[in-house]
Amino acid sequence: MRLLGIITLLAWRNLWRNYRRTIIMLAAISIGVWAMIFMTALMRGMVNDMVKDGIEALPGYVQIHHPNFRDDPSVSNLLPQTDAEISAQFSSAKIDAWASRVRVPAVISSEYESRGITLFGVDPLQEQAIDAIGSLVTEGRALQGVSDTGVVIGHKLAEKLDTELGKRIVVMSQDPDNEIADRGYRIVGLFEAGLAAYEETMVFAGKSTVQDMLGIGDRVSEVAVLGTDYRDVDPLLNEIKAITGGGVEVLPWQDLNAYLGSMLGVMDGFVLVWMIVVFLALSFGLVNTLVMAVFERVREIGLMLALGMRPSHILGQIIVESIMLLIIGLVLGNTLAYVSVVPLKGGIDISLVAEGMEMFGAASTLYPALEFRDAVTANVVVLFLGLLASLSPAWRASRYEPIEAITKV
Amino acid sequence: MAAVRCIDVCKTYRQGDVDIKALDHVSVVIEEGDFVCLSAPSGGGKTTLLNAIGGLDIPDSGEVWVAERRIDQLSKGALAQLRLLRIGFVFQAYNLIPVLTARENVEFVMQVQGIAGHKRSEKSMAILKEVGLEGLENRRPAEMSGGQQQRVAVARAIVSKPTLVLADEPTANLDSKTSDALMELFVELNEHHGTTFIIATHDQRVMSYAKRLIKMLDGKIVDDIQQQAA
Repeated sequence: MRLLGIITLLAWRNLWRNYRRTIIMLAAISIGVWAMIFMTALMRGMVNDMVKDGIEALPGYVQIHHPNFRDDPSVSNLLPQTDAEISAQFSSAKIDAWASRVRVPAVISSEYESRGITLFGVDPLQEQAIDAIGSLVTEGRALQGVSDTGVVIGHKLAEKLDTELGKRIVVMSQDPDNEIADRGYRIVGLFEAGLAAYEETMVFAGKSTVQDMLGIGDRVSEVAVLGTDYRDVDPLLNEIKAITGGGVEVLPWQDLNAYLGSMLGVMDGFVLVWMIVVFLALSFGLVNTLVMAVFERVREIGLMLALGMRPSHILGQIIVESIMLLIIGLVLGNTLAYVSVVPLKGGIDISLVAEGMEMFGAASTLYPALEFRDAVTANVVVLFLGLLASLSPAWRASRYEPIEAITKV
Repeated sequence: MAAVRCIDVCKTYRQGDVDIKALDHVSVVIEEGDFVCLSAPSGGGKTTLLNAIGGLDIPDSGEVWVAERRIDQLSKGALAQLRLLRIGFVFQAYNLIPVLTARENVEFVMQVQGIAGHKRSEKSMAILKEVGLEGLENRRPAEMSGGQQQRVAVARAIVSKPTLVLADEPTANLDSKTSDALMELFVELNEHHGTTFIIATHDQRVMSYAKRLIKMLDGKIVDDIQQQAA
């Protein structure tokens, strides 16, 4: 510790000894850090949109089902409580954004085609609260109440059925007695979803209308609940479990939609790989700078050793020099990333490439998401690996024999 | 008490296929407060002996004692500590750390020794004044002449009052006037502080300042003369 002063002074002065080389290296580190954070913010923004669109469109953050519903999503596995009882439970728990639904496998037929679909009996008011369905309707109208006798289907499904807005279709499913339950509906709205699979397989009708069609009274298949942070659903999950008690299955969105759930994990991994790749490119410059700095100071290092400095002090000096270089580069890189992301908070129009991205559920406007933990990860990666990269030249410098180093030409 | 004792010291270097005996069974005792010149033609072994005494080079055989402590078997860390606390070095060239000012160069050894800032500052300013560099303390080596740089090196070598100063061709890059001034400074320090000086040189002018002249040839001591200093 007593040598920290002289080691820091020497490191700082040596850093600016060849200021051109230092500035070039700082530029490389800054741009590298900027690239790490900026690109991560773009990617994170894209995934955020995809996940949010995906879970807010239908699943919610948490869903409640009959324990057997996921294996057999038919009317046989409706929730044990009636819709009124569920309403009472959720109202007392002051959970605002939730929706109960009837959800059954069904077949939809136009005059030309038939397709297997999932029929949703929904309450448009509740769905509005969880920001689903209604906002996706791009043609016609949204459902207007639980007794609405129209259906809203996806654009892609309409194409497949060779039908259109205003035409009638027939939806057929099974009632609790395993008898055919069917009904004719008029298409009152067409929706667009981020994921093509949603558009092709989901059909929405008024909840009471579907309950009547299936003869299930006031029973529903699922309850979807929206929270405040899709990344942190555990508190909400525990609260819902406490409200509902046993006899039902309460699952977070990651379990309900494995594709979206895995996307976050993949994204985290990808961010780390991206940062390491950028760093690797950067590290060549860093190591080169430090090796050059050591080579041009061999005699000086020999002199310091001859005067009584220990090898560990030389090692420390080169490492401190590397830390200084990295920290200045990080400060510049972080500042650069911040000032370049903030003006783009309103979104970047990527409509030129959006068509290709739609299949992944990405929107045509990209909202960069600068997350603190990503910036921290970038800084930690650069600092940690930077120090690791500087160990070799620092170690080499500390191993010099003083007399050989002093006489080196 | 002996400041330095070398007993039957040998050191051989390999140059290509040839073994060169830099030190060939050298034995010598140098008393505290002595002012010794090691004189030899190039390759005579004077620098090798100086380096062995300073713990910068380890002999192949024999014993080297400094301040009654055997040093040829010490670890790197212990040797560094010995150099730091007991020995002052003045090299022929490249004596100073280029990024530090004259004052910072002088303070360097004290800083490594752990001496407090205000004491360092006092001592360094006083010693720089003593070597005639008052007013140049904030100059970096590149802004000083060769003679001024050597004076800074001398100031650094003696500032923490080592018992032994080893100087390798300290006047090699200096003009005669500056050489004389530097040698007079050495003599003054030797007389006033009792510092032991061992100077490797082949400069007759430098030798004339020594109380004792040890002549070497082909790694052996061939003459050891007590003389009247200039």
